Amino acid sequence: MKIAAFLTRRRVAGRRIHWTDIVAYGYLAVGVVVMFGPVLWLVLSSFKTPAGLLEFPPSLLPMAQVEVTVPGQPQPLPLFRTTLPDGQVRDLVQLRRVGIVAQMADPKDPTQTFRVPIDKREPVRAFAMATGNYTEPLARFDFLRFLWNSIFVTVVATAITLLINSMAAYALSIYEFPGKGFAILTVIGTLMIPITIILVPVYLVVTELRLVNSLWAVILPGAATPTGVFLLRQYMLTLPRDLIEAARMDKASEWQIYWRIVMPLTMPALAVLAIFSVMWRWNEFLWPLAVLTKTESYTLQIGLNAFQGELQTQWHYLLAMTVMTLLPIALVFVFLQRFIATGIGNTGMK
Amino acid sequence: MKMIAKALLLALALAAGVCPALAQTSLRMTWYSDGNEGEVMADLLKRFESKNADIKVVLDQVPVNETLPVQLASGQGPDMARVGDMGGLARYMLDLRPYLKNAAYWEANYAPFLAWMRVPGDTSSIPGFMTQLTLTGPFVNKTLFEQAGIAMPDSKATWQEWAKATKEVAAKTGAAFPIAFDRSGHRFFALAISQGATVFNAAGEPAVVDEGFKRAAQLIAEWHKSGIMSKELWGSVAGSAYRGANEEFKNAQAVMYMSGSWQIGQFDKTVGDAFDWVAVPTPCGPANCSGMPGGAALVGIKATRHPAEVARVLDYLASEEIVAEFYARSLFVPGHLGLAAKGVDYKTASPQAKAALKVFSDEVSKLDPLAYRLQGYTSNRIVFNAVISRLGQAVTGEATLDEAYGRITQDIAQQIAERNKK
Amino acid sequence: MSGRRDGVSTDAAQNGPAGTVPAAAIVARPLGALIALPLRLLDAPMRALQRTIGERRMPYVFLAPNAAFFGVFVFLPIAINLWFSVTGGPALFLSERPYVGAGQYGYLFECGSFLDPNSCREDHFWRGVANTAKFTLFQVVAMVAFSLITAVVLNMKIRARGFFRAVYFFPVLLSPVVVALIWKWILQRDGLLNAAITSLGGQKILFFVDPGWAMFWAVLVSVWAHMGFYTLILLAGLQAIPADLYEAAEMDATPRWRVFRRITLPMLWPNMVVVIVLALIKGVQTFDEVFVLTGGGPGTATLMVVQYIYETAFSNQVQNFGLAAAASCVLGVVLFGLTLAQLAASRRRAT
Repeated sequence: MKIAAFLTRRRVAGRRIHWTDIVAYGYLAVGVVVMFGPVLWLVLSSFKTPAGLLEFPPSLLPMAQVEVTVPGQPQPLPLFRTTLPDGQVRDLVQLRRVGIVAQMADPKDPTQTFRVPIDKREPVRAFAMATGNYTEPLARFDFLRFLWNSIFVTVVATAITLLINSMAAYALSIYEFPGKGFAILTVIGTLMIPITIILVPVYLVVTELRLVNSLWAVILPGAATPTGVFLLRQYMLTLPRDLIEAARMDKASEWQIYWRIVMPLTMPALAVLAIFSVMWRWNEFLWPLAVLTKTESYTLQIGLNAFQGELQTQWHYLLAMTVMTLLPIALVFVFLQRFIATGIGNTGMK
Repeated sequence: MKMIAKALLLALALAAGVCPALAQTSLRMTWYSDGNEGEVMADLLKRFESKNADIKVVLDQVPVNETLPVQLASGQGPDMARVGDMGGLARYMLDLRPYLKNAAYWEANYAPFLAWMRVPGDTSSIPGFMTQLTLTGPFVNKTLFEQAGIAMPDSKATWQEWAKATKEVAAKTGAAFPIAFDRSGHRFFALAISQGATVFNAAGEPAVVDEGFKRAAQLIAEWHKSGIMSKELWGSVAGSAYRGANEEFKNAQAVMYMSGSWQIGQFDKTVGDAFDWVAVPTPCGPANCSGMPGGAALVGIKATRHPAEVARVLDYLASEEIVAEFYARSLFVPGHLGLAAKGVDYKTASPQAKAALKVFSDEVSKLDPLAYRLQGYTSNRIVFNAVISRLGQAVTGEATLDEAYGRITQDIAQQIAERNKK
Repeated sequence: MSGRRDGVSTDAAQNGPAGTVPAAAIVARPLGALIALPLRLLDAPMRALQRTIGERRMPYVFLAPNAAFFGVFVFLPIAINLWFSVTGGPALFLSERPYVGAGQYGYLFECGSFLDPNSCREDHFWRGVANTAKFTLFQVVAMVAFSLITAVVLNMKIRARGFFRAVYFFPVLLSPVVVALIWKWILQRDGLLNAAITSLGGQKILFFVDPGWAMFWAVLVSVWAHMGFYTLILLAGLQAIPADLYEAAEMDATPRWRVFRRITLPMLWPNMVVVIVLALIKGVQTFDEVFVLTGGGPGTATLMVVQYIYETAFSNQVQNFGLAAAASCVLGVVLFGLTLAQLAASRRRAT
């Protein structure tokens, strides 16, 4: 009773519990499962063996069949829980299988053998992480190189984006000048063009600029994001004009007003754009695949996806490497989650 | 930022300027892998480099890449590439003949496949060699047959006999797929050719829809209706996308899986001792019992600046000893006549895999000349894609078979017309 | 004016209790330091430039770098695309492509009836149009519904609000390919969901063989991946609603549902418009997510326009750049129409 009273006291905090509160917490609980569950499932699956991945029903944790070393046998043998004809259930190792009959033996006394139909035995399994899914591809590929390329692309591209987008947003929000309307219209117009549909022309441009196979081919085409200009401009519109006028009185140049006054005030919006830019660049796949053909210039997304052949996909590697590319994103998330949530609310999207 | 780009370019240029001082040519090879063949190739290249200090080959391992043709068209491609669409990319390939020490060796061992890598009218160029010859053909889960107590049809059995048997087995054992059939034009034409499809008209132009073709298409449609085939493969995706049933077969959910020789390595590794799987000869139709050949080739690219060095690398890799090791370690059917006659010694393979490789190697002699011709036809993928895309729609009920036939003919004609616009 | 500035900072204080500012500093400081140096170096040349050209021309200077990038990597490609759309053949370089006039467009629009994709010569394109329209409609409705519910719940006086807010935002950070891969893994025949269904005594459902289910999951996965972003926009709107409105309602003992309908919804409308418009644009652009998830199937039930364009240009043996370009120009016109609609909507909002 005391405990119950204590719980209610804490939870209501001076307020009656309304049924909507209960529904709300229920919704949030389901939300945690639905939002995090799939990613957790991916991580768990990435530690399963190829055979483990195929199982139905799938086991929650990565499992593998137990193998036992038996005297007189060169290799460890798989262990099965076997139902013998007399109804007795025993853990036996399988010596060999011919068709639908298996020859089984007692692991402690291998001379004692049994002939068992294969549907009368179930593999004995134990928790086992297939870490090879990670270590094998990482040993084969120059992971650090890919990582460095990805970081380079992400950081440089984000820096360029922030600079040129904020300059453009500054011009479009603080000044009145002929052609402004047209400029805004083009920004909003291009907001909606997915790069997929102009892939070939952009490729031609990049070829003409002799940028193929350089990381700049990945960095430059997406640097001037219309989304960024739009976002920053909306935010800058809310900035106080008198500050700018005061600075002009003090003989500050336009450039100084831009980077000494407007930029710092726009920090929340810049940070949100930075987060989005990092996310876009880190996750980019199709475009880098088209312009980067040499191993030393691969980004993580390309380098770690070499397991998709024409006819087969090596799922166990693919899942593990997907988790690898997710890790940095998860780190960003853990460190910045609070900031992300508040930042977007403040970007003048309202 | 442009300045940084320029500085970078300058640095690259300097680096490039230093390289010739070391008198080493660096070549790039673009390579995709279905299994372990990338590792094997990396090994072989290391060996090549140890014997040829003046050439360095960088192996660029990529996911299979639909933008490769664009890269090749723009002249940005690698020096060598592994390609599946040999006919479609033939116009970008380098003729190695002038640089080869012994062109006669290539002629003698690769002749029928070289034709697949040539543009129409070209009868002499040597663009590369086959990293693998693939043959379509079915795998059967023998254990399921034994559990059901049903005898497997013999090597002369027809498709219909197999369909009947596998349906019974699936019913008794609870397997979900009596026949799983790759969603692929290659596999479909194995069936169609056995049903008497002639594919080309007298002028050598594709005239795909004929009586034999319709027989095959109807079989596919009927099998879907009667539950012998599941819509999960042919019906599940749009367009010409490939779908296989590797997972289903490895999971003992498919009684018969019509796929091809490239699966052997993977089945050997993953199925393990879970059940007995065997390759069986392609079932027969009224016309013949032919499968379809196919494969991937390692070719030189015309845009290379080092054709002589490319030829040296490929000459080494295509030499009998080296290519034999490559086939043996990756468990591929040899695309090399000499080795095909001698037989490749697959040391790493289990008895099951060896038996399957034997079945597929023996299938080569049963191939109908039409199968070779279709594989060698430059625009074969136009035909495959149109057929698979439209029959896929028919299977899901979006179109009738007759509508699909009409669309197939139209699609092929339109694409060939597009290709010929100059 | 300065009051507005205060408004911004109090907003931030409301949204994220204590942790906001230090967290902001983590990003802001190093980024600021990185950017400040070149900016400072540019002080003198920029001042000189301003003296030469005059203050009134400075906005063009600020606009120039972005405009240059736009020009080279967006407008030039669009122009090339237009040229592609009136040429034919398999060649990549423009100089090698023969002019075909409106041939590609004519082919695209060759239809018996525009209401029946089956009657069109290029039925896949029209199926793509129909599917994209259907997908976008469902997606917008579901997106608004879910993000509204979530925003309202997150705006209640609940514990660990920051944590829950982050939970819903997390999938926004994943790449579309990964999102689709994860869900494909869950929804396949022998996936997690079917395991749950069979353990409850049900039959396995083949989600990707049934057109209805495939579209359902395409929409739901898309909502799963992006709702966090829209939720935050709505949340910001909810927090901007003056508290005294609610207090007054509470004093009158107005039922919560009525409060929601009479106060919350109308006050939130401007943010809703933003959400609807952005979701609409996103919906029309959808490609990789659905492509990896369903491959456009079963049949062509989830084939989207952008997938059609991509496959026409890349997946065919003859890379039909001309037809793909024509289709993308048609899509571009539609998107531009949506843009104008957005402008009109936001203008109406402003007045």
